[in-house]
Amino acid sequence: MKQEKVYPQYFTFVALGLYILLFIIPSVIGMYYSFTNWNRYSSEIKFIGLENYRTIFSSGGNYISYIYNTLKFTVISNVVKIIPALFLAILLSENLRGENIHRAILFFPAILSYLVIGLIFRSILHPQMGLINNVLRVLGLDFMAKSWLVDPKWVWPSIYTVDAWRGVGYVMTIFIAGLHSIPKYYYEAADIDGAGFFPKLIYITIPMLKPAITINLVFGITYGLRVFDIIFVLTNGGPGRMTEVINTAVFKEFALGTYGIGTALSTILFMFMGLISIILVRLMSRREIGL
Amino acid sequence: MNFNQRIAYKIIKQIIACILSGIVIIPFLVILVNSFKTESEAALMDLSLPNSFRWENYSVAIERGKLITSFFNSSLYSVTSTIISVIINAMAAFVLSRRRTRLNQFLYFFMILGIMLPTNYIALIKVMQILHLLNTRIGIILLYTAINVPFGTFILYGFVETIPRELDEAGVIDGANPIQLFFRIVFPLLKPAIVTVALLTFMGIWNDFMLPLYVLNRASHWPMTLAVYNFFGQYQSEWNLIFADIVLTCLPVFVVYLLGQKWIVSGMIAGAIKG
Repeated sequence: MKQEKVYPQYFTFVALGLYILLFIIPSVIGMYYSFTNWNRYSSEIKFIGLENYRTIFSSGGNYISYIYNTLKFTVISNVVKIIPALFLAILLSENLRGENIHRAILFFPAILSYLVIGLIFRSILHPQMGLINNVLRVLGLDFMAKSWLVDPKWVWPSIYTVDAWRGVGYVMTIFIAGLHSIPKYYYEAADIDGAGFFPKLIYITIPMLKPAITINLVFGITYGLRVFDIIFVLTNGGPGRMTEVINTAVFKEFALGTYGIGTALSTILFMFMGLISIILVRLMSRREIGL
Repeated sequence: MNFNQRIAYKIIKQIIACILSGIVIIPFLVILVNSFKTESEAALMDLSLPNSFRWENYSVAIERGKLITSFFNSSLYSVTSTIISVIINAMAAFVLSRRRTRLNQFLYFFMILGIMLPTNYIALIKVMQILHLLNTRIGIILLYTAINVPFGTFILYGFVETIPRELDEAGVIDGANPIQLFFRIVFPLLKPAIVTVALLTFMGIWNDFMLPLYVLNRASHWPMTLAVYNFFGQYQSEWNLIFADIVLTCLPVFVVYLLGQKWIVSGMIAGAIKG
């Protein structure tokens, strides 16, 4: 049986072609544009070397803080989702009554768009009319009613909370699948040895959940570094530019017409994530061989 | 641990689970209940039932929010892109998985890198402009198809391995050409994975907001996400209408989720565990 004849190469052409044309080429020409002064106001595109990168990394602009915010969001949003999700997964894998209903409810927000979630919470967190502040006022806790999405002290915690509200159930679902694959007799043996909850967690559950943890981290890191929707809708980078992340900043450069800087910011993100993904894909294919 | 302690623990756990489920459900209830109220009732944003159910909020939201056009647009983009991408990804995954030459292994690696890589949106606009695809329906459909190549190929590649090669050989002996072999024999066997990939792709496109924000500036081409976002900005303070609009935007994904729950959850996990 002739391999090329049965499995012809042209089967891959459409997928590969579209992927290269609309995904890879933009990133590559974006790299080129990041070395130019491309903008909306002059028809001439001039090569200016590293000027855009110098602007981004110079202390004068805010750009470094957008990169820093993106990294901070990636780390914190993952920590506040993964740790609670692990405990939730354990809680809902112990034959609790109605645990399937709880699982389905907690997973549900993950199917909705970040945009809709953002709009729901912009209503609920509205300083004058929102549900949260109304409830606090009814309870006589007026001093706790805040401008959740404007107050510099509360804006990041509010974003993390909304993000976790949407994402915890998804992370939990992956952990539950992982928990199912741990043989019961490990725990029975531990029980005989008199091990409590935490020793079992640290010596059995967490090591056995490594694949699920890896996957949650991969998804979480990818999501965190590319985050746009939830921040755009909730704060649009405000107050001031306090919650600006790379992708919201790129959109602002786009709106301003300063395309050169915008493509440079995208290129920084691309290089950084490219490096991470090459390492991750390598690690994961090694694991596949190991299995 | 004695018997009473065990019961106490069970009760505490159940209470925690109920509180957490409540935290997830309450925002939805608030949106739903208030979408039926008058403007002034809805301004209180509480959980009380409306005095009378005002279904007309929904017709007003549909009319003012131009939801019929945007519903049509969203359906067009997600259904068409999903169908195209499932077919082309399955074809690619089939050949890449069956014939593992060095080139094909590299191509697979190169394609799944896209799962993580970010898009350069501004440069993408330039490319779309050159191709005369900017602000067109066909443009965004192709774009969604391209963006879903990495994930779709990745999931289907893993699944092709589970289909025995002997079937291909039998097909070839019976005189099938590659197209017939693929569409008559392999594609039907890929069905479980295809359903999962199709549902996830569909929901991803339906929920997407960022791409249309960049590449569609004509309101007549907007999908539901962009329409509801604009509606929110325009009718701030008419919460009843905004909530009705939000409910209508969520409804299609909710229905798809209910119908395909088994496939969606198992698919998300399969994608995750196979990783």
